Amino acid sequence: MGAIYRREIGAFFSSSIAYVFLAVFDIICGFFFTMDNLAASSVNLAGVFSTMFIISIFLIPILTMRLFSEEKKQKTEQGLLTAPVSLTGIVLGKYFAALTIFLIAVSIGFLYGVILSIFGTVAWMTLFSNFLAIVLVGGAFIAVGLFVSSLTENQIAAAVGGMVCLLLFFLIDLLAARLNNITWLQNLLYDLSFYTRYYEFTCGIFNLSSVLFFISVAVLFNFFTVRVFEKRRWS
Amino acid sequence: MIEVRNLTKHYGDKKAVNDISFTVNDGEILGFLGPNGAGKSTTMNMLTGYISSTSGQALINGVDILEDPIKAKSYIGYLPEIPPLYLDMTVHSYLNFVFDLKKCRLPRRSHMKDVMTLCKIQDVENRLIKNLSKGYKQRVGLAQALINNPPVLILDEPTVGLDPKQIIEIRTLIKRLGKNHTVILSSHILSEIQAVCDRVIIINHGVIAADDTASNLSNQVATDHRIMVRMDGEKAAVLQAIRTIEGIQYVRADMEREKGIWEYEIEALPNQDIRYEINRIARENHWNILLLKTMEMTLEDIFLKITMGEQVQMNQDKGGNA
Repeated sequence: MGAIYRREIGAFFSSSIAYVFLAVFDIICGFFFTMDNLAASSVNLAGVFSTMFIISIFLIPILTMRLFSEEKKQKTEQGLLTAPVSLTGIVLGKYFAALTIFLIAVSIGFLYGVILSIFGTVAWMTLFSNFLAIVLVGGAFIAVGLFVSSLTENQIAAAVGGMVCLLLFFLIDLLAARLNNITWLQNLLYDLSFYTRYYEFTCGIFNLSSVLFFISVAVLFNFFTVRVFEKRRWS
Repeated sequence: MIEVRNLTKHYGDKKAVNDISFTVNDGEILGFLGPNGAGKSTTMNMLTGYISSTSGQALINGVDILEDPIKAKSYIGYLPEIPPLYLDMTVHSYLNFVFDLKKCRLPRRSHMKDVMTLCKIQDVENRLIKNLSKGYKQRVGLAQALINNPPVLILDEPTVGLDPKQIIEIRTLIKRLGKNHTVILSSHILSEIQAVCDRVIIINHGVIAADDTASNLSNQVATDHRIMVRMDGEKAAVLQAIRTIEGIQYVRADMEREKGIWEYEIEALPNQDIRYEINRIARENHWNILLLKTMEMTLEDIFLKITMGEQVQMNQDKGGNA
């Protein structure tokens, strides 16, 4: 796992995907930070973190698209799959590499906190809660993106497929809002909603069940990815 | 040591590999010979745990590849048909990665140096793999298989894309490795297999068509009875004269190589040496033999011979029953 993790981190930077991802992510965050906080004289970072959720939907698939599809296309997966490492090790090595890049991108939130603390009092606990939330959401999103990448050998298909999946998780909310008549389905959809759970965190509410929800999604999709390789081996 | 027992792989209805069994002992070099699509790569992929078998067993040093894949894989160095190279890495960083991936415990610096020296890639150590020529890529692929000094080497067409000098070097290297490794290598080039391997397995349509030592196999396909002659003399008369030789199966004027001088392809019954007879005819008619050689037995010929041989055998069996 360690070897794969280190190789992927290196590949992120040598293929410039990491630079593009970090730059675009932080430029958009910076724009909203300037508008919502600096220009509006507010120390409430909830707006910036809400934005991070939306950007993640579109940028995380870019981060994960080549992780497995490229291996398949270049036939390098044969080297990994015949090496004395477990499938779980391979998948987690790649997962944590992507998560590391994501962590670097979102940790800019703390920089914003430091800047704002010059002008007023920052609610650091809320900031930590927000940070934890975006990391959990990112962790779940990356697992989904990685899974989609393992299904195809085309990077573009992996990116678009990943975006569609993540967008669906986001749109569940809008659908649920229209289902006033069918309460049980509405409740179910709200329970599955990423954004509703995330929104709680941005308001400063720490909900343990949401933490478990995001971790479960990450574990589940990483498990699916392992199964994709198991299945291909046995087919 | 590799033991393969009744290994079978189905892709849907298609049987890619059908019930093959063989054993490769320590210090033996086994050649897999077969045309494209015969099941060579599929067999190798099953041995290395890249794909699973539909039924049957493959044991690497006594460890079943499906029961304890990680342990079995740690005994194997595998060079697939397309070397698994990350094009965006330098040779050095790639081999370092493989070193870590295989959890190699040998002293890093000296082991890497040894492997790179063996494969003669020290001079491209710091170049990106995507900028290397095919021959170098192939050698980096071989180096990758040699890292961690595994007791079993499985090489799928290791000399593809190399120039003649490199081919000889790689063959010498494989022969040297074969002294203290178990080696399986595949090829569709007969001479290559003959040059390197102690034992040859011919695979055709997913089954083993022959399993023998290289020398026995070449005896079996002795080519004395098929010769090519270039001689002067009028074509029709020459053909006429050759046909009178006892045991001639087939004769054909192939092509007019020089003005008035034709090349003739002649096939006699197996085990019949007709070179003396050809000379006698030439002497009697005052023709001159300008060239006489046994026909190169191509791989296709061997397959035809082996597979047709079986066909004849089967027909005879049927006839016997009737």
